[in-house]
Amino acid sequence: MEKAVKKYSPIFVLPTLLAFTIGFIVPFFEGLYLSFCQFTTVKNAKWVGISNYTRVFADEAFLHSFGFTVKYAVVAIVLINVIALGLALLLTRNIKGTNIFRTVFFMPNLIGGIVLGYIWQILINCVLALVGQPLLALNSQAGYWGIIILTAWQQIGYMMIIYIAGLQNVPEDLIEAAQIDGATQWETFWKVKLPMIMSSITVCVFLTLTNSFKLFDQNLALTGGEPNHLTEMLALNIYQTFYARAGLQWKGLGQAKAVLFCLLVVVISFAQLKATRSKEVQQ
Amino acid sequence: MKKLLALLLAGAMALSMVACGGSEPAAPEAETGSVYYLNFKPEQDAQWQALAEAYTTETGVPVTVVTAASGEYETTLMAEMSKDEAPTLFQVNGPVGLANWKDYCYDFAGSDVYNELSGDSFALIEDGKVYGIAYVVETYGIIANTKLLEAAGYTTADIASFADLKAVAEDITARSAELGFAAFSSAGMDGSSDWRFKTHLANLPLTFEYQTEGITPGTVKGTYLDNYRAIWDLYINNSTCDPAELSAKTGNDAVTEMVEGKAVFYQNGTWAAGDLAAIIDDLTMIPLYIGVGDEANQGLCTGSENYWCVNSQASQADIDATLAFLNWCVTSETGLNGMCKEMGFVIPFAKALEADNKFVQEANAMIAAGKTPVGWNFPTMPSEEWKNMVGSALTAYAADQTDDNWAAVVKNFVDGWAAEYALANG
Repeated sequence: MEKAVKKYSPIFVLPTLLAFTIGFIVPFFEGLYLSFCQFTTVKNAKWVGISNYTRVFADEAFLHSFGFTVKYAVVAIVLINVIALGLALLLTRNIKGTNIFRTVFFMPNLIGGIVLGYIWQILINCVLALVGQPLLALNSQAGYWGIIILTAWQQIGYMMIIYIAGLQNVPEDLIEAAQIDGATQWETFWKVKLPMIMSSITVCVFLTLTNSFKLFDQNLALTGGEPNHLTEMLALNIYQTFYARAGLQWKGLGQAKAVLFCLLVVVISFAQLKATRSKEVQQ
Repeated sequence: MKKLLALLLAGAMALSMVACGGSEPAAPEAETGSVYYLNFKPEQDAQWQALAEAYTTETGVPVTVVTAASGEYETTLMAEMSKDEAPTLFQVNGPVGLANWKDYCYDFAGSDVYNELSGDSFALIEDGKVYGIAYVVETYGIIANTKLLEAAGYTTADIASFADLKAVAEDITARSAELGFAAFSSAGMDGSSDWRFKTHLANLPLTFEYQTEGITPGTVKGTYLDNYRAIWDLYINNSTCDPAELSAKTGNDAVTEMVEGKAVFYQNGTWAAGDLAAIIDDLTMIPLYIGVGDEANQGLCTGSENYWCVNSQASQADIDATLAFLNWCVTSETGLNGMCKEMGFVIPFAKALEADNKFVQEANAMIAAGKTPVGWNFPTMPSEEWKNMVGSALTAYAADQTDDNWAAVVKNFVDGWAAEYALANG
């Protein structure tokens, strides 16, 4: 049986491989090529060498959006994961109505980013108007915290489910043994549960990290980068370079930014995976 | 059982392949060519579809009209142009938009439709080549509710200059509690409305500067920015809402205020007639005075930012078919009726029909009375980014009206112009 599977494996892989090639590999290399070109439509590109890349590093708005994204990512990753884990711990204690709570916390994740962005824009603007502060379009501080609150609200439920699954997989006998040895609640959590759910942590940190760097919808809908690109994140900056600018020189620049962006996300994710994987324990 | 399943799956696959093959569109005959129009104006989609159908019935030439979603034109155009069946007819919004698509624009010189055009001021001409021709002329100014104006004790005849407008508006503000309405509808700086100020209103100081100082590509002096500030102050401080709230106010908010009779003035153009249909009989359009130039003879702001371009990379047969279609649109009875009556456009072509739009009729009457229209020079603004920078600064100034904040507007207007021009043409 196994032999037969091995023999025919290329045939089974073929459809997915084809889709992956058409949908990812070809566009990726075409994109890489276009980042060295000047073009309006992808069919009509003129090779210009590395000038697009040198211009990327002279683009202040892009560098600022990188800094802003990093600032956002650090706070968002910590906040989302700590709260999600906290909720997961609470909701694995057989409290009454656990299922209702889990459902409610998970729900925001089902709403699209654009819709959430506009809803939170109205909410935050109302609050800002009540306390007499400048509204979102003029207030980069509020914009920054707004994006964090929005994405935390949206993603905590999702991460919580992953943590709950992880916590439920911690063997009861381990916890029992720890308690018999006289471990306190905190020690059980810190020394037994946490190492046992390292794989969930790897997944959640990976997801929040890549989500943070790729964040687009929420940023577009909530602040649109206002005021003056101060709350513009990497993905939005690339989109604006590509679509909001008229002229031959912008498309290639946007493409170069996109290639750098892709590399950045890949490198950071791999580094993170490596770092958290090394802490995982085998049961 | 497994065999049956495999058979079923194979059958389903074969069926879907057949279905795909069957639905493939019949290839148009090569020698006649075909027309594919990527339309910019969603509000006129139905009329364009009808016109395309009428043309196909009359001549047998297939015409496809696809309308891009509002605000998505450039992205749609970019995607469509990469296809084998690219649009043969598309539009750009002026010299800045042309920069993107110059390589794709067919030279209209010598074509029938270009010969029908009322004048070269309606064409996009660069390096001696006619890259685009305007197909609709629009007008904007200050839309005023005469009924409310009368209730406040004025008529539009009392407003013949910026000083008059200011006096009337400030008087209405002083008595707004008693009158029950404000002078200006909210000058919303949300994306659905901010173009009225960062683009259309900014056109006035720009146009007057071009007139008195001449045009130097790449630089503006900001000669009339104090007047820009004066009218912006007037808008935001005599309005239905607190200026600090303007950043979140939308275009719909202003329309609602007008329809509900909460404000007398609303800066917008002929295209707003549809939104205001409920109260159109009470409305009139007055010139946008900013206190510069010969105000006694100032007319409305008239111009175009919608230019037809024919895809030069299409086959010659398709180009010819497209030019023939355009010519039919602006000369045949059906075409003219569709464009001028059904769509309500004022078209800059020799055989244009009279429009039904009330504001258009007023604009024409004003030109007939010898008033000089203010041209549309905002298509020369160096980039969208420039408009956004000015818009942001205007919003910030509205929320906190200090000299420093106004200096930021001036800086973005003048220095931003030079910087953006250098970026766009560097």
